[in-house]
Formats: sequence, structure tokens, C-alpha cells
Amino acid sequence: MKLDPNKKIDIKEILQDLENYRPRRRGWHWREGTNEKIQIGDFEYIEASEGLKNYVPLPGSRGFGYIDPQPDCVITTEIASGRFEDDIRRMRMSAWHGADHIMVIRTAGQSHIDSLLEGTNQGIGGIMVTRKQVRASRKALDFIEDEVGRPINFHSYISGVAGPDIAVMFAEEGVNGAHQDPQYNVLYRNVNMVRSFVDACEAKKVMTWADMLQIDGAHNANATAMKAWKVRPELMVQHAINSAFSRKIGMKPENIALSTVPPTAPPAPCMRLDLPYAVALRDFFSEYKMRAQQNTKYMESDGKEATVTHTLNLMISRLTSADIQSTITPDEGRNVPWHYNNIAAIGTAKQALDGMDGLREMVKIDRDGILGDDVRELKERAVLFMEEMIEVGGYFKSVEEGFFIDSGYYPERNGDGIPRQIDGGIGVGMIFERDKDYFAPVSVHYGYNAIPEGLKKASDAIGGDTFEDPSKIVYIDELDEFDNVNVRLEELDKYYDTKYVKPEVEWRADGVVAVTIFLPLDERTAEFAAIKCGEKMGLEDVTVIHKNVMHPSEGTLVEIKGKVKFDINIDELIIPEKIPVLSEAEIREEIQKNPMFVVAATVGEDEHSVGLKETLDIKHGGIEGFGIKYLYLGTSCPVEKLVDAAIETNADAILASTIITHDDVHIKNMRKIHELCIEKGIRDKVILACGGTQVSNEIAAEAGMDAGFGRGSHGIDVASFLVKKRREMK
Amino acid sequence: MKRADDYEKRREHLKDLTDEQLKERFWELANKIVEPMLDMGYKYTTPSIERSILLRMGFSSIEVKPIVDGVMKKGLMGKGTGNVVWRLSKKLGVSLREAGLGLAEGKYWDEVDTLFEGGKN
Repeated sequence: MKLDPNKKIDIKEILQDLENYRPRRRGWHWREGTNEKIQIGDFEYIEASEGLKNYVPLPGSRGFGYIDPQPDCVITTEIASGRFEDDIRRMRMSAWHGADHIMVIRTAGQSHIDSLLEGTNQGIGGIMVTRKQVRASRKALDFIEDEVGRPINFHSYISGVAGPDIAVMFAEEGVNGAHQDPQYNVLYRNVNMVRSFVDACEAKKVMTWADMLQIDGAHNANATAMKAWKVRPELMVQHAINSAFSRKIGMKPENIALSTVPPTAPPAPCMRLDLPYAVALRDFFSEYKMRAQQNTKYMESDGKEATVTHTLNLMISRLTSADIQSTITPDEGRNVPWHYNNIAAIGTAKQALDGMDGLREMVKIDRDGILGDDVRELKERAVLFMEEMIEVGGYFKSVEEGFFIDSGYYPERNGDGIPRQIDGGIGVGMIFERDKDYFAPVSVHYGYNAIPEGLKKASDAIGGDTFEDPSKIVYIDELDEFDNVNVRLEELDKYYDTKYVKPEVEWRADGVVAVTIFLPLDERTAEFAAIKCGEKMGLEDVTVIHKNVMHPSEGTLVEIKGKVKFDINIDELIIPEKIPVLSEAEIREEIQKNPMFVVAATVGEDEHSVGLKETLDIKHGGIEGFGIKYLYLGTSCPVEKLVDAAIETNADAILASTIITHDDVHIKNMRKIHELCIEKGIRDKVILACGGTQVSNEIAAEAGMDAGFGRGSHGIDVASFLVKKRREMK
Repeated sequence: MKRADDYEKRREHLKDLTDEQLKERFWELANKIVEPMLDMGYKYTTPSIERSILLRMGFSSIEVKPIVDGVMKKGLMGKGTGNVVWRLSKKLGVSLREAGLGLAEGKYWDEVDTLFEGGKN
């Protein structure tokens, strides 16, 4: 299957013959072409990587020839809609924007299921991680990575009481990375401590064989602790335990990544707390990889606030280092992430990382000042933490005594940690000592294994296991007759590549839209007034997803979501036809025979120049390139001056740019040009065209122009129009 | 436990260490802390480890559960569930799949009793 950028990915095709699909590779992929300078467009990049074949660049790239520099670190996006068939579409959008690490969140409660799950049941806050869902997603990603031209890492979780089962399934299905940290099970999932660590040995051994990248779970301490910045010494301890443990099982250090989060966020002076911590961590863990996570602890429903925090976190990544840059969607404080918020977060990371390319070449961490002292102190506090752990009798004892997630800045203790008992938790008593003749006939196994005499290796007993002979893998399709992907696809058949469409945020045709409303009311009244607004707009299930007080009585911003009740039939839409442009050669020939001269300016009190310059300038494919001569009068040009210049130079056309739209000033300016030309008696001799981000051909025509050029217009569109219009006028 | 911040007092023995020495100390302690857990991983097994072994022997997630449950009931986890299935297939002269599926369906459990000398763990 080869994806066509102009066609939707076909989920039915993905599902076809899935039972026979084998992943094309195993192991993690880092971006290529890093650690060398790369020329992209007009610039040299120090911290970039190989570009993509297909991509959507940042909006601002318009001024830079639509370049899309890919930062040197892997960029993560987390997808959690609960329906893999919809996640797959989002994965494709994410990949085009620059994500190459797709993390799928598991459905709530899966970590307590003492078995693998099968089928494609819908999940809550994530998918039910099953062989079929994983296989279908990996298969889709194979096609998507071919489309964008860069390998994509697929990632989920190896935790809970079925860790080894999941590790095996992931290894068989070509999953490239996973969270694995027994401390996570112990502290947050209340899985028995011993069970958790014993299971982790096998899971990590399997991950090592599969060359998977491991991410630890320490960031959860940050999210759980009352005062996140106080657990910084403990975070280092948690990272160290999982790293040392994994290393001894045989995992290579470059496959061990720390999930590290800058612990605080504004209005705290977060840089002063987070930067020394980031430096201390990178000092101690110089052998390991850094997966820079975004702070979510202090995330509210304000997407803009979340984006600023993310950007500050990205600055820490650029000032120190990040091998994987994680992104958390700006709507995580509101709901399960929506399609376009994954893209927003990826965009934030790409934008900030590109923007801060090479920062470390100019700005150095100053260890002589307060930062150096803080770094040293953090490291010492972490060492003291572990010294006391050993003093009380080791890891298990210290967990029993509530060492972890205590809100005190260690050695300070507040007595509010999460204690777990060695003989408590889920899966307690499910640990069995291996006898002398214990035998596991598999090729990858941790710990004691009495391989019977006469066998070279354990798996010879069975003629090879699934790692050696994948044909032995048993694939289960569906177990639930009613809750599965086939039923869901059938229910939504009306919207499956048909003429009908509905707005959506996470699932096909979910009908959800968000509306931003400002109301000159106090917060509480505004909230209920906004719901009423939504209902009057015809929305169903209206809920408030965000509000922000502008002033206690003057006003409140409210964002609501609701569902629309209608479908759109795209066949019934009236879409103005795109005007066909003349060929470059035809335009050039005509201008050569019959020269053309135009006057141009950005009119009104408007300092925007990029769009018009691009339209004019030969370097950017502007009309100059076709031989059209022009007089450029600059920005904030009075309309009168522009029209007078046209008269003086006997110009064929006036090109006006107008970006500012406040109080419809753009429309007023267009009308004024038209009227002035009539007044001065040149309207029938001169072509009038206007351009701007909010200008369309329809708006311009209505305001008296001969044409209007909006977003995405190029020099050739304007040149082609000028030539055609002049022919008409003759 | 509640305790005031006594960092200044506690750090006495660390304050003269170089950064490099402090880093060494950090990793020395981390490595020491994880040793007992690695030992346990070496000596013990669990239902999920055993299920993961049976999966790799070519059984589905649905088939592996009753096999592991049956082996636990028999007190033979210490032998390894894969070992039980493998020995049973040899003893009965049937394929590995056949032996395992039989166990999953409740068959052959009497045979299992005879597979190991000395019996229970």
C-alpha cells in the first residue's frame, strides 16, 4: 500500500490480511544527519536533521520559502482517543508536522489486568493495547513513514501486572519503544513491589532483545507530588534505580531514556528551579538519553498558558540537551487531546527548537554563579537520599517507610509520601521460587534456567520460539461481538469516504465543535450565558471547557464545546472555481511583446511588507520575474499617493496590499482606491488589484477591485490575472 | 516520618568530594540498591513471566491463562510452565501445541503429576 497525499488512509485496507502482517523492522530510530551543519533555504542549521519528503511547514515559513527544518531530536506526540482507527489518521497528520515518535496511551485500568487483552474494544482515555490494535497501528505507520520519508517510532506501556506478556507482544509486533519502570507500578498502581521488580527483569530482558528504547516513569513523581520542585532529589534517585537496574539486565545505555520534566511552571520563577535541576540530571546521567517531557502538573485549561510553559521547557532542552522532545497537547487540561491540539503541540516544539537552533553556541551555562551551587546541592541531596535508603535496609524498606513522593525537600520529610508494604498490593503472593530443574524453553529469559543436557540453547527444546520463528505467533482477531472496529466502521459508514461530512475532534463524525465567546459578564454568569449561547446556536451537550476572567465585572472569556446535529453534503457546496493561470512562458512572451508597468504599496496605517514584496520580487517568484516593471511605494502609503503615482507613471495597474482588518479598514481602503480612480478619471484605464491575508477575490470585487488575492497566492497568479485583464480591456 | 531539613549537617562527609567523586558515589549507591531486586528476579518467577514464556512457545493469550493457573494449582510453578508443557508433549508423544491446548482444556493434568521426580516444590 502506498499512500497518496490527496487520499485518506484506508482503514479497511489496513485491516485486510492483518493476520499475516509482519513488522518490517525492530528497534528504535534516531533522526539522521544530526551533529553536522545543514543548509536549509537561506540558513545554516546546527541542531537539525535530515528533512522530510512530505510535510506541513510552520505558518511563518511563508516568508522563508516554505522550509521545514527538522530539529535534531525525536519529537513525540501522545494519542489517546480510544479508537485506533481514528488514532491512525491523527498519526498521519502528526507525522506530516514532524512527529516521529507516536505514543499511544492505554485505556484506563489496563495495568491491573493480569493478562494480555485482545480485540479492538473502544478504550477510555486511550486504546485497549492489544495485538490487533498494535499490529494495525504499526502497519499504518509503515505506510506513513514511507510517505513522509522518515522512520517513525511506535511506543506504548510495559507496566502493570502483565508486563512480561506485553513486552513479548510488543517485541513480536515491532513496537519500538516503551515505558518500563517497576517503581511506577509500585507507587502509582499499587502492584506488589516484589512482583513488580521480578516481572520487570523479564520485561526488560525482552525489550533488550527487541532493541526497544525504554523510558522510565519518574515524571509521575513530579505530577503526583504536592510541591513538585521539592521532589527533585528523589526524581534523580528514581531515574538512577531504573537505569542501574536496566543496565544490569543487559540493556544498552543508549536505549535507556530518562523521562524528565522541568518540575515547575510560571508564575513560579521556573527557570531558576528547573535549569539547575536539568543540569544536575545531565551531569549524573551523562551516559543515558534524555526524554524531555513537558510540565503538566501546573497545567490548567488555558491553551495559551500551556504553550508558554511548553516553550520555556523547550528552552531548557536547548540550553542543556534533549534526545527526545515530548509534547503534551495544550488541551490536556480540558479533555482527552483533540486532533489539532496534537498538531499544535508538535508545532510548538518544532517552532521553538528551530528558533533556538545553535543557542548553546552563543549562550553558556554559568556554573560559577547560583546555578553551580544549586546543581551541587541537588546532587548531594540525591546521594543523601540513597544513603538513607541503604541505611534503613534497602529499596523495599524505604518504600515501606514512605520515602517516596514525600513533599519535603529531602532530607526534609513531611510524612506524606506513598508507603507500600512488601506483603501488600495487587499480585501479592504470586511469586514462586524456581526449583533446581526450573526450565523455560525460550531464547530470551532472565535469571535461572536449567537447560536440559543435550540442548545447545533453551529454545532448541521447542524448535525455536516466536522470536526465532514468528510464524508461531497466534493472532486473535476479535473477542467481543458488539464492541469492535468492524461494528464502529459500519455505524459510521455514512461518513466513510462519502459526500457526507461532520466536524470532528477525535473520532470520525463525532460532531464536536468549540466556540470562543467573550461576554461582558462576571465569571459565573458568563459561564451559564455561554452555555445558553451554544444551545441557541443549535449545539447539543454544551459544556464549558475553559474560562478566563478579564475583569471581575467587565468580562469573561469562555470556550464551550458542543455537538452539531447536521451533516454537510459536500456535493451541495458552492465552491468558486480556482482561476486557471496562464503558463509562465505565455505571460513572459506577452510582457516582452507588450511591456507592463504597475505601482504598488501597502496602504493605510499598515507596516506589513512581506506579502507584497513576495508578489513583486523576482527572488520570490514575483511578477518582476515575468518582466513586469514596478514602482514600490513602501508601507503605510496613503491611498491618494498611490493613485497619484499611477497617474504620473501612466501605470497599467495598481497593486495594493492591506493586512490590517480592524474595523474593516481593508475593505474601506479598497473602496477608496476604486472611488479615487473614478474621481481622477482613470478607472477604465487602470487595473486594480488588492492582496492580503483576509482578502478574497469576492471581498475585493465587492469593494470595487478587479481582483483580490488572499493567503496562498503567488506572483504567477497576479501576473496571469494582469495579462488576462489587459487583454479584456483592449 | 517528619523531619526538618538537616541537609547542612548531613552533607558534612560529602562536601569535600569532587564532582567526579560525588557522581561515582551516586552510581555506587544506585548499583547497590538494585542488587537485591536483581537477585529476586534471578531466583523467582511469576504468572506473567510464565505466560510470556508460553506466548513465545506459540500459544495465544487465551490459551496461556488456564495453563498457568493449572500449574499454580499443582504447585509446579517452580518447574516452569513451559517446562511442564514441553515435558508433557515428550511424554505423550504429541506436539507442543497439542499438549498445551490439552492442558488449557483441562486434559492431561493427571499426567502432569508424573512429570517431575520429587513432585511438588
